[in-house]
Amino acid sequence: MSDMHLVDLNGKLEAEPIRKGFGRGLLAAGKLDVQVVAACADLTDSTQMNLFKAEFPDRFIEIGVAEQNLVTVGAGMAAMGKIPFVSSYAAFSPGRNWEQIRTTICLNNRPVKVVGSHAGVSVGPDGATHQMLEDIALMRVLPNMVVIAPCDSVEAEKATLAMAKDKRPNYLRLAREATPVITTADTPFEIGRAYVFEKGADISLIATGTMTYQALLAAELLFKDGIEAEVIHVPTIKPLDAETILKSVRKTGAVVTAEEGQIIGGLGGAIAELLAEEYPAPMKRVGMYDRFGESGSPDELLTHFGLDAKHIRLAAHAVLDKKR
Amino acid sequence: MLQKLPIEQLDKIANDIREDIIKMLEHAGSGHSAGPLGLADIFAALYFDILKYDPKKPDWNERDLFLLSNGHCVPVQYAAMARAGYFDRKELMTLRQLGSRLQGHPERTKLPGLETTSGPLGSGLSQACGMALALRMDKQQHRWVYVVMGDGEQDEGNVWEAAMLAGKYKLNNIIAITDRNNIQIDGPTETVMPLGDLKAKWQAFGWHVLEINGNDVEAVIDACAMGRAIQEQPVMIIAHTIPGKGVDFMENDFHWHGSPPNHEQAVKALHELRTLGGKIRSEHE
Repeated sequence: MSDMHLVDLNGKLEAEPIRKGFGRGLLAAGKLDVQVVAACADLTDSTQMNLFKAEFPDRFIEIGVAEQNLVTVGAGMAAMGKIPFVSSYAAFSPGRNWEQIRTTICLNNRPVKVVGSHAGVSVGPDGATHQMLEDIALMRVLPNMVVIAPCDSVEAEKATLAMAKDKRPNYLRLAREATPVITTADTPFEIGRAYVFEKGADISLIATGTMTYQALLAAELLFKDGIEAEVIHVPTIKPLDAETILKSVRKTGAVVTAEEGQIIGGLGGAIAELLAEEYPAPMKRVGMYDRFGESGSPDELLTHFGLDAKHIRLAAHAVLDKKR
Repeated sequence: MLQKLPIEQLDKIANDIREDIIKMLEHAGSGHSAGPLGLADIFAALYFDILKYDPKKPDWNERDLFLLSNGHCVPVQYAAMARAGYFDRKELMTLRQLGSRLQGHPERTKLPGLETTSGPLGSGLSQACGMALALRMDKQQHRWVYVVMGDGEQDEGNVWEAAMLAGKYKLNNIIAITDRNNIQIDGPTETVMPLGDLKAKWQAFGWHVLEINGNDVEAVIDACAMGRAIQEQPVMIIAHTIPGKGVDFMENDFHWHGSPPNHEQAVKALHELRTLGGKIRSEHE
């Protein structure tokens, strides 16, 4: 769809870790606003906070391996008017410090920006302990919290800049591995909006994060099967853009969701909740089916756990069988 | 407070705060008795001598920052704030009721004058660290960050994460006060989870540690003055208090940690406190 200004999927695609876009966005946000500060729990290079740290050493706090402290120090800085970005691996933050995020950030309503890197099984060889799959569910249930999962590094950069201006608590989900860059500088991004990346009338493929690219590939496979799929990218999982999603599902009457995380409580859960109340439709959720990951190469794992275009296509056919 | 009050008047305020605590808790029918009573002298000292604030402008940008980390002791803070002019004392009787600004545990977004939301233990000091770091970035180090925390609370790992960070960054505008009353819900702190030599522990984390009688208003004021003079380190004041202080049948009994007085007990407690109040007056007259 031309107004989305996407990269041509059939051309040569660049790939870059989504977290790189965060690093650039944070640096840019820091230049735009002196109140932007950063703190990290001993993973400054991995989470790409090193760019900000090098430019603004006095506005960077090294917390050490202490994630409970990470987010509560952030809450304290936010209390003084700062806009703190606090980062670690998602498995540890928000994995370990959920109550502190709940009480001192969400209930306390402070605009702390929690950044969880290395989400999903594509973390790879580090194995299940480090492959965070429950972060969307954990963050989505918290009142006041905004949950964002960009699809590529370009969008992550935009999301980071938007978060610096947002007055609410935010969670940003990032992936470790290089992800194809499918959006451009002109692709729209606004917190709270979902975008129709591909138009179609037969089924809605609703995806977030790294799986949006896979959903676009799946749409191409389905086209060859004679099915016109609509691909909706949902970078903001909460608040959910119900209007865009319902408009699509009212048209297609069939849904597949896709995410690199637990389907229970994740994007799949969120869409199921919305549709159950507003417009019940045949639906399948692609994601992790109530299990943990394991060690392996990222590509092997994505195939092994069915987190790819091929499995989205299969799910689409299964849903369309039900629709008939 | 701008105008310094004589110690005997602060003693009387502490006693009045205790009476308010008993009345509030009896009326609410739930809540913690021992901790708030034990902390009354510290709160009289904080709100009527030590802290810089304006109750009519709770967000005054020159105010000191005060955090109650052990949020369950908030009745003593509400009672002190009401007397300090943040709100009418009548509102104290709404404690823990539906629609009240005085939540069972303090919520910043409900009541102006509270700096944070607390209840789950162990996170006040790390928020104070964040505030102190921000004040340093903004060259606002003439403002102080005070934290009151419990002793049982120090079972929480988050406390020691914050202790390490404050030591590392030498956050010298933090003055923390540990309410060392030796009780927690399940019993004496040294039985539940021994804290041992707290002074040595905090010193090992890079803090300057003072130890005082926390039921002595003057000692609290002096320790905070000393704390503000320490340039190179954050300061921990270990304030030894008697839980339930002022009410004979509550003193030093851990069963009163999480319980309110019933009507009979409240009448008895208030009688004791009024007798004590009379004694304070006669001692100083």
